[in-house]
Amino acid sequence: MTATAEPEIGKARLRKEDARLITGQTRWTDNLQLTGMLHMAVLRSPVAHARITNIDVSRATAMPGVAVVLTGEDFAAEQGSLPCAWPITEDMKSPPAPAMAVGQVNFAGEAVALVIADSAYHAADALEAIDVDYDELPVVLDMEEALRDNDLVHPDLGTNKCATWIFDSAEAGSGTNVEDEIASAEVVIERTFKQQRLIPAFMEPRSVVVDTTAGMFTVWSATQIPHILRWMLSAVTGISEHKLRVIAPDVGGGFGGKLQVTPEELLCLLVARRMGRPVKWTESRTESMLSAHHGRDQIQKITLSARRDGTVTGLKVELLADMGAYLRLVTPGVPILGAFMFNSIYKFAAYRFVCTNVFTNKVPTDAYRGAGRPEATFAIERMMDELAVELGMEPMKIRQMNWIRHEEFPFNTVAGLTYDSGNYEAATARAMELFGYEEMREEQARRRADGSVVQLGIGISTYTEMCGLAPSRVLGALRYAAGGWETASIRMLPTGKVEVITGTSPHGQGHETVWSQIVADKLGVPFEDVEVLHGDTATSHKGMDSYGSRSLAVGGTALVYAADKVLAKARTLAAHMMECDEADVEFASGSFAVRGTSTVRSLGDVVLAAHVAHDLPEGMEPGMDADATFDPENFSFPHGTHLCATEVDTETGMVRISRYVAVDDVGTVMNPLIVDGQVHGGLAQGIAQALYEEATHDEMGTLTTATFADYLVPCAADLPAFLTDRTTTPATSNPLGAKGVGEAGTIASTPAVVNSVLDALRHLGVRDIEMPMSPERVWTALQGRPDPGTDDVAAGGLGSIDAQGGQS
Amino acid sequence: MIPAEFKYLFPSSVDEAVRMLAEEGEDAKVIAGGQSLVPVLRMRLAAPTALIDIAGLTELTGVRDDGDSLLIGAMTTHYEVQRDHLVQDHALLLRLVTDTIADPQIRHRGTFGGSLCHADPAGDLLAPVLALDAVMIIAGPAGRREVPASEFFVDYFTTALAPDEILLDVRVPKYTGWGAHYEKLNRVAQAWSIVAVAAAVQVRDGSISAARVGLTNVGSGPLRATEVEAALVGQPATAEAISDAALRASSGDGYKDNLARVLTGRALTAAVAG
Repeated sequence: MTATAEPEIGKARLRKEDARLITGQTRWTDNLQLTGMLHMAVLRSPVAHARITNIDVSRATAMPGVAVVLTGEDFAAEQGSLPCAWPITEDMKSPPAPAMAVGQVNFAGEAVALVIADSAYHAADALEAIDVDYDELPVVLDMEEALRDNDLVHPDLGTNKCATWIFDSAEAGSGTNVEDEIASAEVVIERTFKQQRLIPAFMEPRSVVVDTTAGMFTVWSATQIPHILRWMLSAVTGISEHKLRVIAPDVGGGFGGKLQVTPEELLCLLVARRMGRPVKWTESRTESMLSAHHGRDQIQKITLSARRDGTVTGLKVELLADMGAYLRLVTPGVPILGAFMFNSIYKFAAYRFVCTNVFTNKVPTDAYRGAGRPEATFAIERMMDELAVELGMEPMKIRQMNWIRHEEFPFNTVAGLTYDSGNYEAATARAMELFGYEEMREEQARRRADGSVVQLGIGISTYTEMCGLAPSRVLGALRYAAGGWETASIRMLPTGKVEVITGTSPHGQGHETVWSQIVADKLGVPFEDVEVLHGDTATSHKGMDSYGSRSLAVGGTALVYAADKVLAKARTLAAHMMECDEADVEFASGSFAVRGTSTVRSLGDVVLAAHVAHDLPEGMEPGMDADATFDPENFSFPHGTHLCATEVDTETGMVRISRYVAVDDVGTVMNPLIVDGQVHGGLAQGIAQALYEEATHDEMGTLTTATFADYLVPCAADLPAFLTDRTTTPATSNPLGAKGVGEAGTIASTPAVVNSVLDALRHLGVRDIEMPMSPERVWTALQGRPDPGTDDVAAGGLGSIDAQGGQS
Repeated sequence: MIPAEFKYLFPSSVDEAVRMLAEEGEDAKVIAGGQSLVPVLRMRLAAPTALIDIAGLTELTGVRDDGDSLLIGAMTTHYEVQRDHLVQDHALLLRLVTDTIADPQIRHRGTFGGSLCHADPAGDLLAPVLALDAVMIIAGPAGRREVPASEFFVDYFTTALAPDEILLDVRVPKYTGWGAHYEKLNRVAQAWSIVAVAAAVQVRDGSISAARVGLTNVGSGPLRATEVEAALVGQPATAEAISDAALRASSGDGYKDNLARVLTGRALTAAVAG
């Protein structure tokens, strides 16, 4: 018998992949050494906008170990344009996006030339010997200035405006007209928020190896999306897709930052094709920050209308979203993912969303943990607090009176979505209890009365989000180029062991553990008997990869259906073996039994019988493998209530989080340990946006936060002990009941922190503080002085780094 | 992150190290714990032709009792300073400062002398060394010389050390029985101080008989808050006296000026209490 004593699903198993990841007993892309391998180093533009008038590679070419030095001109005929898979409107402006600049650079950090050498050392040395002459052009950095079209990032486009995308509830039939609501409202609040630019800062830098052996192009890449990468590389280079194999080996984090088809992946492939030899490129941290895509960077103008009793009526969102210099894989669509989330859990009668995408001379933006939804959640949760202040109401009360009640699910929202399930009351009640909400308010009142140096703030975020990307027909309707299904295969081996193949591509999430738990439960095999294969297009032949908190809700469901197919076939064969009617066969704990008898066949017996195929029912194929592909009918909608207490030192401006409670409803939980890990990491990244992280540029467009000395990623020592708990309303859109948890913590936490800091200081006259809320910004606001901006924010650090030194 | 090519030398005595420095010329650089130099090399912000690794000079490691003062070897790691009983008993401020430097891994590699020679104005050790009237003992081609801390720190990343000289020891007078505190404001744990204040106070019969106050990352080098020190001497060790004196840490109205005043008050309060 191979029965499992207790259900695997719901068990807090340690992750089976961790031992090898933590001890280094695995092979990351950069560890690969191939015979005859060349090394690629990338020379990057030190200026943000310039014509390239000359590139002299003669000195570099003569350097020791250098095989060749290549410029954009050398690849002009074959590099094509990097793909953008999400043309959000028919008339969207989309400039050519060369992997290596030809004639003009449009952001500091853009690839200008390549050194191909026999070692990474020789390649780095020769980079310094390339002489490039730049004829500098006016630099466009500010979005509002960019829209005046005085100076153009791409003169050929005639404008810096990329596209305008509109949703209007009156036009869509999902609500009333927002201008009518605003005109007739008793209260109208208008605020502008800045979503600063962030850097995904995954732990493993990007790395690519391309091999050309045996007429195949094999591409190893530290990517989240091996399947999409294969498709896109084929489309851009003309290399037949069946001659391309992409392998994402163990990958050290992504957070959306590796949801990309990068210039360097394409360049490595082109170099390998030209040289007929393997090529490797691995970036440095600074190079990563200068050239890998950034996230966020929006200006949000929000207008909210309400009645005096606190009932919200209308919401108007006018966004400017910074694309950077080029449109990468899903750049223009990221703010659009937020379009459906600004109304959040509240019952607005009318909603209008207008997003204007803008080109600037900066690194392209693209997906970063939450992608559009953190921005939306921030704006609405800030606005609910602003409304509470305006009306003199308790901020939780105003949320309670406006949110969707649990008995109202499924609920059709003003943004046109159908929320399938949720219980905001339950999550909020639990969070307030864990937090000690009333006691905390009393402590706050005491400190205000005392005039304490350290004031206490309480911040609320009652969020929801849409994830589990995505129903293919919805993606099609949004003009996205691909589908959102996911696939899984199960191979039953003759010894009873199980190989699972998934189209998802884990890069730190723990899929191997959870997929094993699901299969162990479904098939009644031991957890240890399941091996999960992923990330290699030769074994996992199709898939849509991992992002958007989709892997479990979509990919896990495909796995459930594949297991169902295995069991259905096994049941037929078991009935044949036990010479009974299939309707009389019962399956439990890994064995088939004839109802009411002691006749039993284990799944292993049946699998072996299928494998040897000596005696199968008429028409049955040998073997016991199954494939399934699942396309969800809806997104899933995790939600929760986060409460954050901050202590704000009014003399120094320093903010310390003293208590953080996160009660999340992520549907049915497969592994609570992994869910907690996802929440903790997500909270860290959301808190980081509120307090620490910001990508800044000088007036020339040079990134001034190109090292971890300047770009402040918090560590465990900077964060509080999180109090986490869960409420559960299963998702109805998949049989697991799973909602997705990868992004929830990041989406929820940023406004909780910012609301908390403002709550601590409002009685001292502070109305708003830009993110990140550095001590200097907080103190300056307390003095009643204007925001110091980013250039003067005091900190130690290395300051701006010469972009040209990227690879060194 | 690949540094430019350099020659690597490993002297076995101070004299040999000094000779190597002279031979290799101005573009040679001494490497101690490497916690500041290696990142700079890897980012190619500096490209010395030769690195002279003084890790083999064991005579530069450790803390020695020298009568009225301590001699702290330049190659003593932060970790060793943190755990040294002489430092604990006679230079408590240095231990408290060292506790806040970076993280345990860096404290195991980074050295006391290396930090001082790097002379990053945001570095934690400069201000207390200045405030404690320490003296640098330096070896060069002409023999040994001593330079007081007040003359050693010249500017951003610049000291009085000549290119062919090596810091051997730091002589720190004994502050036995003094209260001390380091008040540091940094945004995240691994970040440099925005401003920090190092304070040591001697209290006798309820009044302040002597005080030493140093400011980190307020100027192009460490600053000694002499006006604060002078205002404290002879005053009762009260909150009022301390807050009056702390106002003299800076006269400006900028953020760092404010921090200098606020953190000086806090550092002195804790030093008096401790």
